Amino acid sequence: MAELKATRDAYGEGLVELANEYSNFYVLDADLAKATKTITFKKQYPERFIDCGIAEGNMIGVAAGLATCGNIVFASSFAMFAAGRAFEQIRNTVAYPHLNVKIVGTHSGLTVGEDGATHQCLEDLGLMRTIPGMIVINPSDATQMKAALRFAVEHDGPVYIRGGRLAVPVVYPEGSVTYTAGQSYRIAEGNDVTLMFCGHFHELTAQVKELLASVGMTCRIVDMPSVKPVDNKAIEDALKDTGLIVTFEDHNINGGFGSAVCEAACEVDFARKGPAVIRIGVEDAFGKSGTPAELMEKYGFTAEAVCRKILAAKAPEKLSLLDR
Amino acid sequence: MNTECMAKEMRKLILTSLYHAKSGHPGGSLSCTDILAVLYNEEMNLDPADPKKADRDRFVLSKGHAAPALYAALALKGYFPAEDMVTLRKIDSYLEGHPSMKSTPGVDISTGSLGQGISTACGMALSAKLREENYRVYAVLGDGELEEGQVWEAMMFAAHYKLDNLCVFVDLNGLQIDGTTAEVMGSDPVPDKMRAFGLNVIEIDGHDYDAIRAALKTARETKGQPTCVVAHTVKGKGVSYMENQCDWHGAAPKQAEYEIAMKELENNG
Repeated sequence: MAELKATRDAYGEGLVELANEYSNFYVLDADLAKATKTITFKKQYPERFIDCGIAEGNMIGVAAGLATCGNIVFASSFAMFAAGRAFEQIRNTVAYPHLNVKIVGTHSGLTVGEDGATHQCLEDLGLMRTIPGMIVINPSDATQMKAALRFAVEHDGPVYIRGGRLAVPVVYPEGSVTYTAGQSYRIAEGNDVTLMFCGHFHELTAQVKELLASVGMTCRIVDMPSVKPVDNKAIEDALKDTGLIVTFEDHNINGGFGSAVCEAACEVDFARKGPAVIRIGVEDAFGKSGTPAELMEKYGFTAEAVCRKILAAKAPEKLSLLDR
Repeated sequence: MNTECMAKEMRKLILTSLYHAKSGHPGGSLSCTDILAVLYNEEMNLDPADPKKADRDRFVLSKGHAAPALYAALALKGYFPAEDMVTLRKIDSYLEGHPSMKSTPGVDISTGSLGQGISTACGMALSAKLREENYRVYAVLGDGELEEGQVWEAMMFAAHYKLDNLCVFVDLNGLQIDGTTAEVMGSDPVPDKMRAFGLNVIEIDGHDYDAIRAALKTARETKGQPTCVVAHTVKGKGVSYMENQCDWHGAAPKQAEYEIAMKELENNG
């Protein structure tokens, strides 16, 4: 039986380990230190811990201000109040200027448990994923959480890390994994279906694999904490090798990890027939000032720009005809 | 350039940039012009040749729609050529409709969504305290902006952490988009509320340079408490037909209007 540990506990411990190595490293919380486990950091580094009170919007702004002065800043609350209540503060004041603020939302998903729906954030991955330049990570166990924290500190820019309340198996031995943006971990091999998950789904996917084995089907299992960016290669390989991907997330199926995998899957040039879907829209960027017409053109909303994408996918030999 | 002269030149640049942009916010830019002129011309420790100098004083335009006033101050202090003011809000310009720290030299934080800038000012002031640095942080809030709850979260924070290196101006011009602040959402009495939140409050005429200077001096000398300067101002100050008119919150002058405004500003200097 594996040791059980919540990713929030690993968060508190990871902060202490990183603070040993970095100066100008500050941790903010909104009166939930005992729950998010930033209390572990506070005990060790009280002078580097700032309680912002129950005011998440202000906390994110304070974090942004600290970041403009060259500090590494972690800001924590429950996922609901960090990603949810403070969404616009994160969008406009942290991400638009691409500031070095790391937001860690704990108590995500149904596994918050008895507190019920108001506290079970099932939307944070979707919200954070829509913000240009934001890296979104949902670690599956304590070890991966610490690896994600190290990545976050070394990365220059905003990162959202999703943690959980529930104690879950520590699957990877302490210190055994590293993490970088877009990474996934193939943890089981099989041919018929790929089980792809973010967050605490080691146990469920292992059980599914075992049950399918009993009817003669084999599963590949991919642990993909990288909600944004996803590991495109792992998704493409899964489609080519197994033909079916099943995604798992403790989150609404709309807008989160499953949606991110679908987007990548639709854009795979599968069997050289071109992608199934081409998305025309703003490509993970912020807008800017300009007339509406100028902006639509600048961001690719013209018949020619769209046609070039279609031809590049379906009939590259016709691309030159557009130059006439 | 003396401060009076700088304020006059700022107003002309504000009008000129908005006239060329054909959109933007003259009223609230003109009401805080004199405050910005004193800050940029006299008060703040800045180096236009090194906009990110570590020990510089910070400025946060929490009412980000007054961007033309900030840009005018920065241009006149030499952060970028004043001629570029006519590119305001245009597609290839570095002068965005609302201040963007990634686009414009001298902008310390991107603002525009009301209530958020003041929190970043608290973060900057807190950083100085934590790292034992000596710079000061100045912020300008709109009076309509006070309706945002986050402002009061930030005020509570500033007082709690004794951010005496923070000086917040409230540009109290009494008007917002939908009417007077009294009609839309009464926030009176602002000085009492700020005092109750733990700030050192100074009430002044926001167009009186000596009063602004005196308030800044008091703020510098006040220990253990952030200062809030409640500055009574006139929205559209300096252009007769814009003064105290709601409709000039977010409309650019047309050619004839622009010419009258420039003439008035020239003659009143």
